[in-house]
Amino acid sequence: MAIIRTAIRSARPAEDPAGLPAKLRVRNLNFFYGGYQALQDITLDIPENRVTAFIGPSGCGKSTLLRTFNRMYSLYPDQRAEGEVILDDVNVLAMKRDLPLVRAKIGMVFQKPTPFPMSIYDNIAFGVRLFEKLGKRAMDERVEWALTRAALWDEVRGKLGQSGDSLSGGQQQRLCIARCIAIKPEVLLLDEPCSALDPISTARIEELITELKNDYTVIIVTHNMQQAARVSDYTAYMYLGELIEFGDTDSLFIKPQRKETEDYITGRFG
Amino acid sequence: MSAVLPISESANVEELASATPPGPRRLRHAPWMEAAFEHLTRLFALLVFSLLAAILVSLVLGSRLSLEKYGLGFLASAAWDPVQEDFGALVPIYGTLATSLIAMLIGIPVSFGIALFLTELAPAWLKRPLGTAIELLAAIPSIIYGMWGLFVFTPIFQAHLQPALVDSLGSIPGLGALFEGPPLGIGMLTAGLILSIMVIPFITAVMRDVFELVPPLLKESAYGLGATTWEVVWRVVLPYTKVGVIGGVMLGLGRALGETMAVTFVIGNAHQLAVSLMAPGNSIASALANEFTEAVGDLYFSALIELGLILFLITTIVLALSKLLLMQLARREGART
Amino acid sequence: MNARYRARKAVNGLMLAVSTLALAFGLFWLVWILGTLLYEGGYALLQATLYYRMTPPPGEDGGLANAIAGSAVLVVMATVIGTPVGILAGTYLAEYGKQSRLASATRFLNDVLLSAPSIVIGLFIYSVYVAQVRHFSGWAGALALALIVVPVVVRTTDDMLRLVPNSLREAAVALGCPTWKMVLRVSYRAARSGIVTGALLAVARISGETAPLLFTALNNQFWSLDLNRPMSNLPTVIFQFAMSPYEDWHRLAWGGAALITLTVLALNIIARLAFRKD
Repeated sequence: MAIIRTAIRSARPAEDPAGLPAKLRVRNLNFFYGGYQALQDITLDIPENRVTAFIGPSGCGKSTLLRTFNRMYSLYPDQRAEGEVILDDVNVLAMKRDLPLVRAKIGMVFQKPTPFPMSIYDNIAFGVRLFEKLGKRAMDERVEWALTRAALWDEVRGKLGQSGDSLSGGQQQRLCIARCIAIKPEVLLLDEPCSALDPISTARIEELITELKNDYTVIIVTHNMQQAARVSDYTAYMYLGELIEFGDTDSLFIKPQRKETEDYITGRFG
Repeated sequence: MSAVLPISESANVEELASATPPGPRRLRHAPWMEAAFEHLTRLFALLVFSLLAAILVSLVLGSRLSLEKYGLGFLASAAWDPVQEDFGALVPIYGTLATSLIAMLIGIPVSFGIALFLTELAPAWLKRPLGTAIELLAAIPSIIYGMWGLFVFTPIFQAHLQPALVDSLGSIPGLGALFEGPPLGIGMLTAGLILSIMVIPFITAVMRDVFELVPPLLKESAYGLGATTWEVVWRVVLPYTKVGVIGGVMLGLGRALGETMAVTFVIGNAHQLAVSLMAPGNSIASALANEFTEAVGDLYFSALIELGLILFLITTIVLALSKLLLMQLARREGART
Repeated sequence: MNARYRARKAVNGLMLAVSTLALAFGLFWLVWILGTLLYEGGYALLQATLYYRMTPPPGEDGGLANAIAGSAVLVVMATVIGTPVGILAGTYLAEYGKQSRLASATRFLNDVLLSAPSIVIGLFIYSVYVAQVRHFSGWAGALALALIVVPVVVRTTDDMLRLVPNSLREAAVALGCPTWKMVLRVSYRAARSGIVTGALLAVARISGETAPLLFTALNNQFWSLDLNRPMSNLPTVIFQFAMSPYEDWHRLAWGGAALITLTVLALNIIARLAFRKD
């Protein structure tokens, strides 16, 4: 089996794993919850238009890392980050204001579906209205487009006026994905998007992720190794706040470079 | 939960264990204690349970004379003549509603602003002291508001603000009728303004509590889309907590309707029907406070008690609605988590 | 997109500024009222006569001794009557009734009672007590205040007992402890600071209550601690003196107002500290 997979890349370095242009470059990132250091000197490049997965046991810092990319941690005064997270050419961590503009470029989907307390239509239109002034027609089209891309259109087309809460869990999560897509971001952050979903809904979301990677840089945090193996092109293994290994998914799962990674993916630990 | 009330669990258990001596076991207390204690607590719960009904019954009985004489006409009559023994509730009802409405018009937006500041803007170290300071507004006894209102606020209001209001708003057709008349200082507008300060801590407290019920993920989702703080609060937090916010407003309204001392000092206690908010008026509570101990004649008494009955009914309905709305939000939250 | 974003940012900045102003608005009144009280009442507070002379007729010197004593008696009696009632009723709700229909309904009615206008409470005690015995009295005042204490204490007792983890109760019962003893020895002990806080807040609330005393305890210009007679009390005296045209009565009223407010604020702060410590 290992014969088929040849391209094995070394973990840590700042070199770009696939020779692809990097969308996000993380440099010497340290993260603190008050006095507790949750991330230790993380450096890696996340390639454009690919799916990158972060795996690792709970508490390893993978969600924390994701939340630095769009500065979500800035909502909480006792959390701070040091180092650099460079989106295209801008160091996101150094920005003092205009965080909304960065966040518009980086969509985020959470562990649990978070429909806003409004209709399905308005859930999608909410984000669009923040940045664009569209007429009724154009907005209708945008809503349909986003829902179609999120593979939800056929299920909700007749009931756009209903509350987002009326959908099933899996539908709600796709609604949240559609809501992100609607404002045309460049990066999608998915923080364990399937952890609250049943297997069928999970399969639909995974399918969707694969489709989305043509247009977006997708970054997914998951505690489910099979899921990482199924959907991602690149995988990073984290443990205790450190990046242990980062490489293309096939190699990492079949021939991990580091003992710790091997122990984790073979289930000897974690 | 144990984090909220850290207690010495082991100590209690040990003590209980040592309460039973080794050797042959026997009950150290008579078994009837078990039932007796439960019945005792239930008795007092029933007492609390029946209290509202008891108040209602006593007020209805007390106002029997007036109820029989005037019927529903009592509500529509502006008469209040202790000498001729002719009474009606229209003036105090109007005063009560007008002052409470003013209080709400000012109190709601201010409370919302404070709750927004305390939940979203205040740095962590300031949240607690500022929140406590606002809560202290509720701790100041209402008689203090009244006294301060009469001696300190009214003269300043009369000299500076009221003439300006009469000049500017008084000339607007229609609306102007509310702001006509000489600037007396005291009157319904003054009472409403002071009430608005008094309801702020109550409404703010509820708004703060319900804002904090909003799941962080929901707010993060909105921030994640690039929404500003204001947009998150106005378009996600507020719709999400709508029911609770209305409950808080109703709680404030209930307080304003029944407030006695602060209003009594500054409303003017005049039994005359005046549309203008500048005019002195009367509220149900202040009519009671002023006249009850001096009332002579059974009908006069009875009419005053009927005023109390009306106040009791209005506030009970408002407060019950408030409670129902807050319970609805709590239940929804309970189902969600 | 950029113009739109600038506009949004401006709205955001404006609204956040308005919200800060709202807070300043609230604090402004607090500072103004407390400042006035200290300014107008501070001098009276520092004079010993305030504490040992009786309330004077207009034009004469005097103090508030009878009113202070009367208020203290009324508040203590109301607390002594109201707190046990409240604690026992709250105990039923949290330990026995739980989610039963009686308990839920009682909780609901109690919350309505908690915010019911205090003047109506006075009216109620007037009808059921004063009108029956045909005279105003300290007892009537204490009862009216007790009725205000009860819902506060019921609410906090219920809340605090429900915070006690069930594992603790189970541990006690598993040792063969009867329920009533479990409540007294385990639940109460665990919820102690919360229940005490509730009682303190109730005391703070009734210390400044005026309306329910107007038709119950009435007033008394002489020294009297006899609960069967009308009893002087600070709030009513303040009301009477402040509404009068006499300057020296006003001065005493300010002194009384400052005294009451400081007491109530101190009780509030002590209650908060008591709860936080534990």
